Amino acid sequence: MSVVRSFLIAIRALGDFAEKMALTTPQQTATPIDRYSLPDAAGHFGQYGGMYVPETLMTPLFELTKAYEKAQADPKFREELAFMLKQYAGRPTELYFAERLTEHCGGAKIYLKREDGLHTGAHKINNCIGQAILAKRMGKKRIIAETGAGQHGVATAAVCAKFGFECVVYMGAVDMERQALNVFRMRLMGAEVRGVEAGQRTLKDAVNEAMRDWVTNCRDTHYILGSALGSHPYPMMVRDFHKVIGEEAKRQILEAEGRLPDEMIACVGGGSNCIGLFFEFLEDVDVRLVGVEAGGHGIEQGQHAARFEGGKVGVLQGSKTFILQNSDGQIELTHSVSAGLDYAAIGPEHAFYHDRKRIEYAYATDDDVMKAFQVLSRIEGIIPALESTHALAYALKRAPQMDKDQILVVNLSGRGDKDVQQAMKLLGVE
Amino acid sequence: MSLRPKTLTMNSRISQAFSKGRQSGRPLFVSYLCAGDPTFDVSLAACRALINAGADLLELGAPFSDPLADGLTNQLAAQRALENGMTQTRVLELVRAIREFSEVPIVLYTYYNLVFAPGEANYARQAKEAGVDGFLVLDLPPEEAASWKKVCADEELGTVFIIAPTTPPDRIAKISETATGFLYYVSRTGVTGERADLSADLSDSVAQIRSITDLPLVVGFGVSQAEHVATIGQVADGVVVGSALVNCLAANPNEPEKAVAALRAKADELIAGIA
Repeated sequence: MSVVRSFLIAIRALGDFAEKMALTTPQQTATPIDRYSLPDAAGHFGQYGGMYVPETLMTPLFELTKAYEKAQADPKFREELAFMLKQYAGRPTELYFAERLTEHCGGAKIYLKREDGLHTGAHKINNCIGQAILAKRMGKKRIIAETGAGQHGVATAAVCAKFGFECVVYMGAVDMERQALNVFRMRLMGAEVRGVEAGQRTLKDAVNEAMRDWVTNCRDTHYILGSALGSHPYPMMVRDFHKVIGEEAKRQILEAEGRLPDEMIACVGGGSNCIGLFFEFLEDVDVRLVGVEAGGHGIEQGQHAARFEGGKVGVLQGSKTFILQNSDGQIELTHSVSAGLDYAAIGPEHAFYHDRKRIEYAYATDDDVMKAFQVLSRIEGIIPALESTHALAYALKRAPQMDKDQILVVNLSGRGDKDVQQAMKLLGVE
Repeated sequence: MSLRPKTLTMNSRISQAFSKGRQSGRPLFVSYLCAGDPTFDVSLAACRALINAGADLLELGAPFSDPLADGLTNQLAAQRALENGMTQTRVLELVRAIREFSEVPIVLYTYYNLVFAPGEANYARQAKEAGVDGFLVLDLPPEEAASWKKVCADEELGTVFIIAPTTPPDRIAKISETATGFLYYVSRTGVTGERADLSADLSDSVAQIRSITDLPLVVGFGVSQAEHVATIGQVADGVVVGSALVNCLAANPNEPEKAVAALRAKADELIAGIA
């Protein structure tokens, strides 16, 4: 099938898939909560979060928390971070008015927050720069990381090259295959990529291996966890390093439109780009916030990664949150076309705002995503990462339901160059 | 500084085993196997072999899909057990089956989600009824253990906690106050698995813990030879052996009788270290 033909099919199918997508109706949001009051000192977001780790890691995690708080209070740290975000990563990113996409949808004005324009290709670099500077201050020599889609691995490899750290990245064998390009990029920048053959050989298993490494080498090693997941202080720290996305977006939309958007959309795996965009808006209760999970092949056991659809509260890899699991508490297999969203747990702060009804959660299926992937490429000349495309797929459905004077902001958290090989396979292009 | 020892009721199997050990001056041989590895029946036969060899305390691992504190050996054991249909209900059935022929203390070595999913109180009650004496929840530090501690206290189940080489003295005190039954010192940082040599500063570390608490102290992680057992036995109340035993089962995947015989031989060899 040619690309053009599949694109036309995609356009025709837009109407159908709009019906299939999970979409909740806008609702009254809860009373605002002071966003900086969370987490508490022990890392809890209400009942979620916390520190569920082996004893060996407790002391390193306390040390990390202390070092992080000290760094944040130090103007020199903030200066270096700001400098690196600007000069090395390329911040601020644009808030781009997608005029053709807006016309195509025929509803709300669609703005794209262009995190895909950052160095290494996704928002992940924000957090990696922050944690690398922190690791340097802590005197660590070696950095480890897990990666799903490879974007966090690539960003970690880049900052390790820049700062001169030894770097080991754990990656599921399945993900290494579907993101071969990123594996090469990491190696090119001097990282050692270790394939993980355990479990289902995707992101969750890479996190297990990274934690095992850290348990063994915590004295000289810093673990750059790549999402707003895991034990305290990671969900807080990763969020803080990404909240620059929302801070910029707020300034930019006020400049462009003179008011806040009506609705904002971001994809949610662990949830770092999503909380990064939303954090600044949590107390602006008139702004509707929607996180989009991976619907995979549809909401059936083992076929998706939509934690708020099929999951329940549990503890995985350091944190209490919503998890896809069976009645025994064994973690379920997951599936998503995007390696970065293919994960059984969601960041604990998301679970908190889900219960508070401040952030709503929907999902997009693989099919929806492959269609939206082509739409944005064709209409705007922007190839989105398959992860970010989940947010776009939802936006394509949502925008036509909104008035033309309403404003929709979509976080384009990463670029799709890494996905083209897989997309060719999925679209039947040889 | 010495904190008042927190022991379970005097007639609990765990307390009895340790007081007997202390009276006779002989450390306990604590053996770990993954429940249901590779199957329920072989696992039961393996537990019987360990008890016959003279194991003083059984640690049974509840197989978990994501055992992040375990090394490859235990991870694969859990995978085998789960693939062969082991469930949390079957883990307790295994305990019940052991109770038909033995009063050896049994501690479940597990992960918090397996305890949390069925409901802590519900699960603790079922475990107690099955004959479990205590729990070691690997990813549950004292900071998160308040509710679990309470339900275990209600059921008179021991709550064992780990002390790591990275644990500072003030934290050892905190953990000692939270633990009941005994404490488990992991002899080096890292995940479970066999090691060629033991950490050199072991006796210093044990002496430090002893100066803080009178709770019985077992030492493990990486114990694979009789001389390890002997060395640890000189300073601790118990020696934990896990991966070296699990490997006997893993090495004979299709010959259960041979696997159990190899396990028995290994147990005999190691127990000789504290004979």
